Amino acid sequence: MKISREEVEHVARLARLALQPAELEALTEQMDAILGYVEKLNELDTEGIIPTAHAVPMENAFREDLVKPSIGIERAQQNAPSKDGSCFKVPKVIE
Amino acid sequence: MDSKYEVVIGLEVHVQLTTKTKIFCGCSKDFGQQPNSQTCPVCLGLPGALPVLNRQVVEDAIKTGLATNCQIAPRSIFARKNYFYPDLPKGYQISQFELPICEHGWLNIETEELGKKRIGITRIHMEEDAGKLLHAAGDSSSVDLNRACTPLLEAVSEPDMRSADEAIAYLKQLHQIVTYLGVCDGNLEEGSFRCDANVSIRPWGQKELGTRAELKNLNSFRFIKQAIEYEVERQIEVLEEGGSVVQETRLFDAEQGVSRSMRGKEEAHDYRYFPDPDLVPVVVADEWVERVRSELPELPAAKLQRYRDDLGLPDYDAGVLCAERPIAEYFEVLVARHANAKLCSNWVMGEVLRSLKEKQIAIADCPVSPELLAGILQRIADNSISGKIAKTVFEEIWQTGKTADQIIEEQGLKQVTDSGAIEAIVDAVIAANQGQFEELKAGKEKLIGFFVGQVMKLSKGKANPGMANQLIKKKISE
Repeated sequence: MKISREEVEHVARLARLALQPAELEALTEQMDAILGYVEKLNELDTEGIIPTAHAVPMENAFREDLVKPSIGIERAQQNAPSKDGSCFKVPKVIE
Repeated sequence: MDSKYEVVIGLEVHVQLTTKTKIFCGCSKDFGQQPNSQTCPVCLGLPGALPVLNRQVVEDAIKTGLATNCQIAPRSIFARKNYFYPDLPKGYQISQFELPICEHGWLNIETEELGKKRIGITRIHMEEDAGKLLHAAGDSSSVDLNRACTPLLEAVSEPDMRSADEAIAYLKQLHQIVTYLGVCDGNLEEGSFRCDANVSIRPWGQKELGTRAELKNLNSFRFIKQAIEYEVERQIEVLEEGGSVVQETRLFDAEQGVSRSMRGKEEAHDYRYFPDPDLVPVVVADEWVERVRSELPELPAAKLQRYRDDLGLPDYDAGVLCAERPIAEYFEVLVARHANAKLCSNWVMGEVLRSLKEKQIAIADCPVSPELLAGILQRIADNSISGKIAKTVFEEIWQTGKTADQIIEEQGLKQVTDSGAIEAIVDAVIAANQGQFEELKAGKEKLIGFFVGQVMKLSKGKANPGMANQLIKKKISE
C-alpha cells in the first residue's frame, strides 16, 4: 500500500470532508492506485534537471502598480449567504 | 534573568509594502476604507479569477534583500499554503516556500549588554496578507477583505538572538531599513510592521534548541520586549517545576502583561505547500539586481558611520539624526548650508525635534525649514546674535515664516558688541548689586554667572555674554 487509511483520514480532515467508513475504504484504494500510477515517474532519470514549477515555459508575468476600480461592495457581497453591513458574516471564530 | 538557561530567539517580521495596489490585483490598498469596498474577484477568491503579480512588489523585495545583505534568487516561485480560516477566502495563502526571492542575509546589531553581533536572516519572501476578522458580540464574526491580498514581505531570522534587547535591536534596525527604503511606512499600530517571536530556552552548553513557543500579537517594541521577557520567565518556571515546554502559539495581552495559549491551533500545522499553477516563476536577471543596487539610498548604518567619521559628530548625535530618514534629510540640507556640523546637530536635536514633538508635527512639515534655520546659525556664528536670542528668533520664524535677518532687523535683536555700551550696563549691574560684587571680589567666583545673567537681563539678551564676562572680570581686578 502506498497510502494508509489513517493518512486518508488525515487528508480528509484537512479538507474538511466528513467521510463514511465505506467511502474511506473506497477512497483509500483509489488514492493508492493513483499514487501507484504516479510512481511510474520515479523510473525516469531526473538527475540534473531543475524541478518544474510550472507547466508553461513562461516567466515574469507582471502588472504595473496602477489602481483599477474595485467591483463595489454590493457586487462583492452578491453571493454572500450572510452579511453584517458591508462585511461578510461568518460563524463566530474564537481565537 | 536566571543564568542557568540560555535564551534563544528567532523573529518573523511581516512588512507591509507601500505599493498603491495589492500584490495580485489592481485594488487599492488604502488603510481605513469601508469594509470590502476595495475588493475584486481576485482578492475575494472567486473561482476562475487569476492573480497577476505586481512588479513593484518584486522591486521592493529586491531592495529589501540587498539592504539586508541577502542573495537575490535568479529564479523564485510562488506556492500555495493551504489552511481554512474565514479571513482567507481562497482556502490558501499565496506565499513562497521553496525558492524564496531573498536568502542568506544578515544585519549587525549592537547592544549594551552583549556588544556587537551579526544576526542571520534565513530568507525574505513575498506573500499576500489575509483579510481582517472583526469579532462582534454574539455568535458571529464579520469579515473585511480590504486587506486580503495586500503585499507583504516576510523576513525570517536565524535563531541568533539571546536576549529581548538583542531582539529589539534587530527589529529596530530592520524597521529603520525598510522605512529608509520607503518600502514600508513602518506603522506598528496599524500593522504595517508585525512581529512574531519564537522563544525557547536551553541549559547552557546544550546544543539542541529547546521547545519553542511562538508569540503573536506584538504591535509595539515595548510589548515585544515585555512579551519575550515574560515568556522566558514562564518557560524557566515550567522547567524548574519539572515540567516541559509545549510547542504552541501564544497571544500576548499587553494590558495584563501576560500571554495565553491559543487553543484550537495545537494540531500540528500541515500546510501542504505546492507550487501555485496560477503564477509563473519570477526570474530576476543580474541587470535588474544591479540597477536596484545602484538606486539604493544611503542606508542608516553607512550614514551613521559617515556622520561620525566625516562630520565628527558624537555617537549619540549621529544615532539621533540617523534614526529616521526625514530627520537625516533635514539635517543634511542644513549642514550643506552651514559648515559647523555640531552646531547644526545641536539645533536639530534641540529646538527642532523638541518643538516638533511638542506640537506633534512631522519634520517634513516643520515651519522652520533647514534653509531658514541655516540663516539663524549664520547669525550665531558671526556673533550677530547670542544663542539665547537665537531661540527667540527660531520661535518667531516658526510663527511668521520670515527669515532670521528680517526678524533680527525688525525687532532690533542684533547683539551689542560695542564694549562701551556693555560696560555701561555692567556698571549699572554692579551698582545695583554692591554686596554680591564685594563677595565676588573676595573670591566667590561662582557669582560671576549671576552678574553675567543680570547683564543679559538688563540688555534684554542682546549683550554679548563673552564680552560681558570679560568686562566683569576686568572690574574685579580694577
